[in-house]
Amino acid sequence: MAYKTIVEDGIDILVVGAGLGGTGAAWEARFWGQDKKIVIAEKANIDRSGAVAQGLYAINCYMGTRWGENNPEDHVRYARIDLMGLVREDLLFDMARHVDSTVHQFEEWGLPIMRNPKTGTYLREGRWQIMIHGESYKPIVAEAAKKSADKVFNRICVTHLLMDDSKENRVAGAVGFNVRTGNYHVFKSKTVICGAGGASNIFKPRSVGEGSGRTWYAPWSSASAYGLMIEAGAKMTQMENRIVLARFKDGYGPVGAYFLHLKTYTQNGLGEEYESKWFPELQKMVGKEYLDPEASHLTHRPIPTCLRNHALISEVNAGRGPIHMVTMHAFQDPHLEEVGWENFLGMTVGQAVLWAATDVDPKYENPELTTSEPYVMGSHATCSGAWCSGPEDISPPEYFWGYNRMTTIEGLFGAGDAVGGTPHAFSSGSFTEGRLAAKAACKYIDDGKAEGIVVSDEQISRRRKEIYTPLEHYKIYRNEIVAGDVNPHYINPKQGLDRLQKLMDEYCGGVTVSYMTNEKLLHIGLKKLKILEEDLQSIAAKDIHELLRAWELKHRHRAAECVTQHTLFRKETRWPGYYYRGDAMKVDDENWHVLTVSRRDPNTGEYTMEKAPCYHLVGEDE
Amino acid sequence: MPTFVYMTRCDGCGHCVDICPSDIMHIDKTYRRAYNIEPNMCWECYSCVKACPQHAIDVRGYADFAPLGHSVRVDRDEEKGTIAWRIKFRNGTEKDFLSPITTKPWGQAIPQLAEVPGPSQEMRDSQLLYNEPKYIRMDDGGLHTLETNGLKMKKGVYY
Ligand SMILES: Cc1cc2nc3c(=O)[nH]c(=O)nc-3n(C[C@H](O)[C@H](O)[C@H](O)COP(=O)(O)OP(=O)(O)OC[C@H]3O[C@@H](n4cnc5c(N)ncnc54)[C@H](O)[C@@H]3O)c2cc1C
Ligand code: SF4
Ligand code: SF4
Repeated sequence: MAYKTIVEDGIDILVVGAGLGGTGAAWEARFWGQDKKIVIAEKANIDRSGAVAQGLYAINCYMGTRWGENNPEDHVRYARIDLMGLVREDLLFDMARHVDSTVHQFEEWGLPIMRNPKTGTYLREGRWQIMIHGESYKPIVAEAAKKSADKVFNRICVTHLLMDDSKENRVAGAVGFNVRTGNYHVFKSKTVICGAGGASNIFKPRSVGEGSGRTWYAPWSSASAYGLMIEAGAKMTQMENRIVLARFKDGYGPVGAYFLHLKTYTQNGLGEEYESKWFPELQKMVGKEYLDPEASHLTHRPIPTCLRNHALISEVNAGRGPIHMVTMHAFQDPHLEEVGWENFLGMTVGQAVLWAATDVDPKYENPELTTSEPYVMGSHATCSGAWCSGPEDISPPEYFWGYNRMTTIEGLFGAGDAVGGTPHAFSSGSFTEGRLAAKAACKYIDDGKAEGIVVSDEQISRRRKEIYTPLEHYKIYRNEIVAGDVNPHYINPKQGLDRLQKLMDEYCGGVTVSYMTNEKLLHIGLKKLKILEEDLQSIAAKDIHELLRAWELKHRHRAAECVTQHTLFRKETRWPGYYYRGDAMKVDDENWHVLTVSRRDPNTGEYTMEKAPCYHLVGEDE
Repeated sequence: MPTFVYMTRCDGCGHCVDICPSDIMHIDKTYRRAYNIEPNMCWECYSCVKACPQHAIDVRGYADFAPLGHSVRVDRDEEKGTIAWRIKFRNGTEKDFLSPITTKPWGQAIPQLAEVPGPSQEMRDSQLLYNEPKYIRMDDGGLHTLETNGLKMKKGVYY
C-alpha cells in the first residue's frame, strides 16, 4: 500500500482528541511545561470537533463561589444524590474547586456569558447552570489549545495507544491514520492525555434510516476514549452507569433551560401531573435515602434524574402517553419564547428544524417528550470511564497513586468523558479536568517517570498492518461478487454497527425492551459480542472513509463489551430509569454501595471485575 | 435533518469538507462540487452550513420523521460577532433570531502561555492551576481544601 509512515518523535505530551477535555489539557500544559513538546492528534477539525461542535446555550457546571453562591462540597452532594450515592467524591470536589477559574477564563476570552441585570452575577438557569451565547464555544477553546500546542494534527483517527517495550504497563504514545491522505501516523510520546470522548450509537437509536444520525450525543462520539484505554489494559469504572435522557421527541432538544429557566413542566396525555404518583412504589425499590420527595421539597435536594425517567417510562408503559412539556404558558412571554428557541439554535439545531417541518410552535402547542436510547459517557449527568488517581491532598489511599487523573497505566491520563466517577462535569468541568491532567503529566515527566521509553519497530509495524487490514479484505474479496455489499467473507462498517446496536438494544437494556435486562440476557449478549468481535476481524472498508468507520466501530464494540460485563457484575438495579436488572430489581446497599472496576487483560481478552470502596468526603448537611 | 448542496451555488472551495466533524462532506469527482456522502451520520450540527461562503448548503429534516416544506437558515458573521437565524415553518410562518458569538475581536483575547512568566516551584508543589487562586474568586480567597471546608472522610455511608 502506498500510504506513507509519518513519525512524530520526542513528544512530551500527546493530547488524543481535542474536545473540551483535550483543549483544556493542551492549553494548560504549556504553562507547566514551557519547554515541553505538546502535540494534538484530533479525528476531525479541532475548530468544530466533539460534542460541542454546534455550540452550547449553557455552562452546566459553575459554582459561583465568587458571588457566595455555592462551594465545591455543595456540588459533590448534588452529584452524589443524583447518581444514587456512587461517585468519586475526590475527583468531583477537585473539579469543582477549580471549575470557576475555567469559566472566568472563558469570559476573558470572549465567550458571551449572560448576566443578571439586577445583581450583576452570571444569569443562572438553575443552581449549577449559567446561560451563555455559546455558538462559538468550540472555536474559542480551540484557539486557546492551538496557541499552546507545538503542532496540531487534524483528521487523525487514533486507533491504538503505543506501549513502552522496556517497561510493562507504561504508555509510549499512539498511532492512527489520516482520514484524508490515508497516511499512517506514529506519535512517540512520554505521556498521553486521552480526551477522545464518550459513546453514542452503541445502542440502537430511536430513529431509523436517514434519521439514524439524529442522536442526542454526537454521532462522532465513537467511544474511542474507552476503546483505546480498555484495549491497552486500563482499569475502568462504572461502565454500567449508561445514561438515558428525557428530551423533546425526535429532535432530542435539551430540556434543562425549559425546566429551570422557563419553568415549564410535564404532564401525561390526559393533562395530569404523573411523576409523583410513581414515587411511593419506587421508594420501596430504591429506599428513602435516595427518594424522599418530602425532604426534597423542604431542602431542595434534587430527585435523582434516573428516578424521574423511571416515572416517565412507567407512565408511557401504562398507556397514558404521550408525555408533554407544557410550554404554552411560558412562551406567551416574548423574552422566554426567544430563550426557548435560541436554546436550540445554539445547541441542537435539529429540534428547531423538526418543529419548523411539523408546524409545532410551542407557543400554541405543547411538544412531546421521550426518553432516548442509552449513551455511555463520563462527563454529563453520568460517570462511566477510566479508574483514575485523584489529587494528593484529598484522595483516600485506594484512590491515589501519584498523579492526578492518571489511569492505571503509567503516563496515560484522562479528561472529560474518559474519566470515570465524575458526573456533572459537563463542558467546563471537562476542560478543567484537562487542565488538571496536563499539570500532573508535566510533573510526571519532571519527576523522571518517563525516562527510557522504548518503542520497538515491531510494535509500529504490527499496528500498521492491523490498521489497514479492512482495506485489504475489501480488495481481496470484492471481486468474488457481482455488485452490492452482500459478501460471504466480510461485513462492512454499517452492517457491523447495525448488529452491535441490535444486540446491545435487545440484550443490554435498550429502548425496545424498555431498558430491561437480566443475567441470562447479558450472558447471551456477551456471547454474541464475542462472535461479532471475530467478524470484525474480517470487516471490509472500500476506502479511507470506511476505514474510519471501521475503527470507530471497533472502539464502540470494545466499550459495549465492557458495559455488558459491568452490567452483569452489579447485581442490582442501582439506577432505575437508566436500566433495570429484572432479576435484581432493588437497590442493594449492603452489597453494592461500592464502585465497580474492571480490567481487560490485553493478552487474553479476559475481564477481571472488582468492587472498590465508595468514600464520602462530604457530610450530609449544608 | 441531513445537509444537501445546491448545484448552482457551490464552487467546490472545500471549506465544508475541511470542517465537518463527521467527515461526510466530500467533493464529487464528476461535478467538482461538495455533497453529503453519508446522510445517516449527519448530526445537522450546521458547521458546514456556517462555513460555506456561497450559502450553498442547506438542510432538510430527516425523512423518517420530518415532512417537507420547511427551512432553518443561518448567517454567521465573524466580523460583526453575530449569528442570525431564520426559521420557516411548513405553514409559512417565519421567525428570526440574532445572537452574539463573541465579545472580543477574534484571535486576540487569548494569551500565549509560552510568553507568561513560568510557574515557581511553590506553585508546582501546590494544587493550583494557571492564574489561580486569582481566577477562582477574583478576590483574596485561596483554594478550597477538605480542611478549609471542614470536611472529614467516611467510607460507605450513603445519603
Ligand atoms: C446536545 C448536547 C448538549 C449539551 N449541553 C451541555 C450544556 O448545556 N452545558 C454543558 O456544560 N455541557 C453540555 N453538554 C456536554 C458537553 O458537551 C460534554 O460534557 C463535553 O463536551 C465532553 O468533553 P470531552 O472532551 O470529554 O468530549 P468531546 O468534547 O466530545 O471531545 C472528544 C474529542 O475527541 C475526538 N476524537 C474522538 N475519537 C477520536 C479518535 N479515535 N482519534 C482522535 N480523536 C478522536 C473528537 O473528534 C472530539 O474532538 C452537551 C452535550 C450535547 C451533545
Ligand atoms: S463550502 Fe460551500 S461552496 Fe465550498 S465546497 Fe462546500 S458547499 Fe461548495
Ligand atoms: S451538518 Fe455537521 S455533520 Fe452534517 S454535513 Fe454539515 S458539518 Fe457534517
